[in-house]
Amino acid sequence: MHTFTAPSRAVRVAILVAILAVVLYPLVWMLGTAFKSPTEIANNLSVLPKQWTPGNFRTGWSSLDVSFGRFFVNSAVIAALTVLANATSCLVTAYAFARLRFPLRRFWFAIMIGTLLLPGDVLIIPQYILFKYLGWIDTPLLPLIVPKLLATEAFFVFLMVQFMRGIPPELDEAAKIDGCSPYAVFRHVLAPLSVPAIVTTAIFSFIWTWNDFFTQLVYLNDLDRYTVPIGLRLFMDSGGQTSIGPMFAMSVLSLLPVFLFFVAFQRLLVEGINTSGLKG
Amino acid sequence: MTATSTATVRGEQVRVPATRRGPGRRGPRREGVAGYVFLSPWLLGLMGVTAVPMLLSLYLSFTNYDTLSSFSDVRWIGLDNYQRMFTADPHYLHAVRVTVLFALITVPLKLAAALGVALLLNRAWRGVGLFRGLFYLPSLLGGSVALALVWFAMFSRDGSFNALLSVFGVTGRSWVNDPDTALGTLVVLGIWQFGAPMVIFLAGLKQIPGELYEAAAVDGAGKVSSFWNVTLPMLSPVLFFNLVMETIRAFQGFTSAFVISNGLGGPVDSTMLYTLYLYIKGFGDFEMGYASAMAWVFLVAIGLITAVFFATGRFWVHYADGNDR
Repeated sequence: MHTFTAPSRAVRVAILVAILAVVLYPLVWMLGTAFKSPTEIANNLSVLPKQWTPGNFRTGWSSLDVSFGRFFVNSAVIAALTVLANATSCLVTAYAFARLRFPLRRFWFAIMIGTLLLPGDVLIIPQYILFKYLGWIDTPLLPLIVPKLLATEAFFVFLMVQFMRGIPPELDEAAKIDGCSPYAVFRHVLAPLSVPAIVTTAIFSFIWTWNDFFTQLVYLNDLDRYTVPIGLRLFMDSGGQTSIGPMFAMSVLSLLPVFLFFVAFQRLLVEGINTSGLKG
Repeated sequence: MTATSTATVRGEQVRVPATRRGPGRRGPRREGVAGYVFLSPWLLGLMGVTAVPMLLSLYLSFTNYDTLSSFSDVRWIGLDNYQRMFTADPHYLHAVRVTVLFALITVPLKLAAALGVALLLNRAWRGVGLFRGLFYLPSLLGGSVALALVWFAMFSRDGSFNALLSVFGVTGRSWVNDPDTALGTLVVLGIWQFGAPMVIFLAGLKQIPGELYEAAAVDGAGKVSSFWNVTLPMLSPVLFFNLVMETIRAFQGFTSAFVISNGLGGPVDSTMLYTLYLYIKGFGDFEMGYASAMAWVFLVAIGLITAVFFATGRFWVHYADGNDR
């Protein structure tokens, strides 16, 4: 079915390029503005600067009471712990759902699918009340990490279940015949073979945690503990046209890790969306 | 019995060490126990982080609980919070209207953009993967504070959108500070992230067998006709999935609304999305009892909307295996 006449394909590509230009414009504009000098920001209307200067990055890095480096360290710590917690807890849960027979399995699986539809933004209120009751509010790592240790991100559980269902069951059978317990089957067969799904989970949890604003805004109240998104928002408070350069410079830096992951793992990310999306 | 055995997976040899125990007669029983061992973190999370907090907040929604006072001061006030929401809090009703309007405009336009671009991309040629990836990029970045800041600057008085308009001789305004257009900038930001549903549409399009189009062509169907009679019905399960997920997502646009309005939902409450008002009540005014009631109304509303989707879906969602339930 690839019988396309040349002009029709050319028209398609032309339309796609035009749409792509519009879609990428805000990103290119952000990048260009970050490298413009203050005078160019005021006077040069073209997207890219005539002269690329790194001045905004220097100003932005130290323009708040706490250096932006601090925010990056905080974000990195939270993201790294979340990735570890999510990958481990969701892998263990997925193994139970994908491979083990136990009473009420279908029931729990249906509940797990149901929690996929729970709006996370709204769960923040009940969870905050609980964590406040437990006295965890002054140790923000607990409310941010403990839920991830308990496989509350159903999206990743589902993604891994779907992946494990694609692993030939003869492998487990062979291992079982050789006397492997369910724990040994997990350790020696399913876990090592699930590495691609673990990688996808790790990348998505990194990106979502790195971009997360709502939960971090609720639990991080100490400037020293602010993460990159919370720190970035402080630029809005100081307002004014002059700060747009440093603000964009820090915005570019904040998106850089996500962008690098995108470049390195583009195909994996796109396919991750598919496996979990389509069979749902 | 050998210490290890091997099996072949995808051309690789996998070593499978044997444990001390022989093949157990207690297989199913042992597996049942193991099942719950592996499930325990999730079960604990389901109870501790989801179910119990939700029930706690359901109870607190009938009280005057505020986070400044202790739990011992909590007083049962019956349905007062719910009554206040619908009869005595015009800001709340306004937030509901803004949120519904936002979702009603954003979801159809976003899905239309996603489907349109997916159809354009849906013929393999070199570079299609690159296009797909670049269209998907905004979905990864769009929820961030950084992009909300960019949006704010782009649609402010001196922003690049007005610079573009001035090329055509149109004098713009400060779109983010005008109550008539501020929500519109959020809609545009939502549509901009059409890449994720597009990727799912693309995968769905790939699944449609070419023979169906050939058969349609034999029957004299043109391009438009085969779109309506082949593509759309075959794509309906994917469309349904995207519709449900994007609607739920549209009801939760907290970050961009918060950043663009500097946490206030302004100008004149025009960007007061439901989740933002929830945040202001719960964490700004410390009225957690009232915020709990708002959260529960939201949960019930999302549940009802999803139920309506599933109830109406059977009339238009077509499953290829003939299981049209």
